[in-house]
Amino acid sequence: MHPFAYTAPATLADALRALSAAGPGTKVLAGGTTLYDLMKLDIETPSSVVDVHALRELTGIDTGGPGELSFGAGALMADVAEDPVLLSDYPALAESLAKAASQQLRNMATVGGNLLQRTRCAYFRGGPAFPCNKRRPGSGCGAIGGLDRGHALLGGSDACIATYPGDWAVALLAFDAVVDVAGPRGERTIALADLHLEPGVSPDREHTLEWDELIVRIRVPATPTGRGSTYHKIRDRESYAFALAAAAAAVALDDRGGVADCRIALGGVATRPWRCRAAERELIGGVLDEHSARRAGEAAFAGARPGTYNAFRVELGIRTVAEALRIAGERAVR
Amino acid sequence: MPARISVARMTSEAETAFTVNGTTVRLGLDPRESLLDVLRERLGLTGAKKGCDHGQCGACTVHLDGRRVVSCLMPAVQANGRSVTTIEGVSGPGGELHPLQQAFVDHDALQCGYCTPGQVMSGLACIAEGHAGDDDEIREYMSGNLCRCGAYTGILAAVRAAATQWEG
Ligand SMILES: Cc1cc2nc3c(=O)[nH]c(=O)nc-3n(C[C@H](O)[C@H](O)[C@H](O)COP(=O)(O)OP(=O)(O)OC[C@H]3O[C@@H](n4cnc5c(N)ncnc54)[C@H](O)[C@@H]3O)c2cc1C
Ligand code: SF4
Repeated sequence: MHPFAYTAPATLADALRALSAAGPGTKVLAGGTTLYDLMKLDIETPSSVVDVHALRELTGIDTGGPGELSFGAGALMADVAEDPVLLSDYPALAESLAKAASQQLRNMATVGGNLLQRTRCAYFRGGPAFPCNKRRPGSGCGAIGGLDRGHALLGGSDACIATYPGDWAVALLAFDAVVDVAGPRGERTIALADLHLEPGVSPDREHTLEWDELIVRIRVPATPTGRGSTYHKIRDRESYAFALAAAAAAVALDDRGGVADCRIALGGVATRPWRCRAAERELIGGVLDEHSARRAGEAAFAGARPGTYNAFRVELGIRTVAEALRIAGERAVR
Repeated sequence: MPARISVARMTSEAETAFTVNGTTVRLGLDPRESLLDVLRERLGLTGAKKGCDHGQCGACTVHLDGRRVVSCLMPAVQANGRSVTTIEGVSGPGGELHPLQQAFVDHDALQCGYCTPGQVMSGLACIAEGHAGDDDEIREYMSGNLCRCGAYTGILAAVRAAATQWEG
């Protein structure tokens, strides 16, 4: 592991100052389950690290208010996953966390760091022996034409087809979450939809945060649609694996069973958390049944561009959306 | 990326104090050191095992302030001011096995034994968290601990037995 300067500031203000003072090449350390992991592999080589894991200002969870839910960036995945309001009123959010990683990792990992976790692409993680435009811009992409079973069907480019592996951001995206960010120029709020980037020609740029900015909290507007929701995740094994295909689905039904509101977002199949407006339009105003759920799944994957070994995940993904909608519909309030 | 020559700047040591199995330790740590390496290499506590060293296998599971974590993915400096329990801190003062350890023996929950310290630490937390309600829940909440001998049915039986005993 490359040597680095380590600081553990006591307050958020000190952390922001430490970050600015250390300059680009500095990384924020929270639970470390992505960053420290990749530092061990020499994939991440920060010159300095600002440790925010102990900042109490970042750990609050507030799901009691009428207008919105709020999660401090430093709140632990395990704690947010068991929040009683999420479990009853936003099961998709709770499930997206409970079905991610293991309990040990969820006890370490933060919900802010989770948003910025990096791809599990084996060529990326494999290091200098493999070409990878994300790790070393211009070196090529080992996955295109290579072993692409887990790679993205949606949002890929000629430079990179790495899957965004996270679950939580997918569920948050379905609920129009926003992220409050602090930096030396003050606070700003970014729609979660504007946080992650498709790879395009510069897959090394994954998000729209500046190096000297910190995620402070995540906020989700309250909605009764949350009750009728699920995060449906299909994996190679039943537990403790990244998604082969996943869907966050939420529906609200009117008193005659018509779809009044619908949210669909995909995980594990795209280069970023992927909202499916076309699939939502397929359902809103109509009835939710096996056929319309299937059509919504097909709409969600209409733009899929499979490679060599991942085409099976198109049909798997369509069925995952349809099944997620069925579960969400059963839970929906009328 | 051009090769970097890093002779000029050394990573400095960070004074770190934490308790391990009830005893306070003070160490100057290189921030690169994992908690697992510090436990094993500096403190001689070799119960927690190094399997994958990337948070994937659970063999290095210990408790941090009573909650299970994978010690390989934690820079040891993050333990500052906190309390760590390892498998060495689980048995009684005279070396008597903890009831969950005894359950592992009774239910044939190990073969080679390499994953066992992590399984036991994870199992203790699984029960304490209230996640040992039924077999499916135990399987789900023990999924972060791999056993390449495949002693899963025995591990499940041991955790279930200890959980029942604990409640009863
Ligand atoms: C074996 C394994 C299995 C996993 N399985 C899953 C899974 O199934 N589903 C899933 O979703 N995830 C999974 N993960 C990923 C895990 O959830 C993430 O690594 C974790 O959530 C990251 O959070 P952290 O606090 O550890 O972040 P860190 O590793 O500390 O940081 C991650 C990134 O975020 C940045 N960062 C952290 N906090 C902030 C902040 N407040 N402001 C700005 N930047 C910040 C860091 O600089 C770094 O770039 C798995 C991880 C492992 C090791
Ligand atoms: S898919 Fe992206 S991350 Fe994977 S090798 Fe290609 S460029 Fe690198």
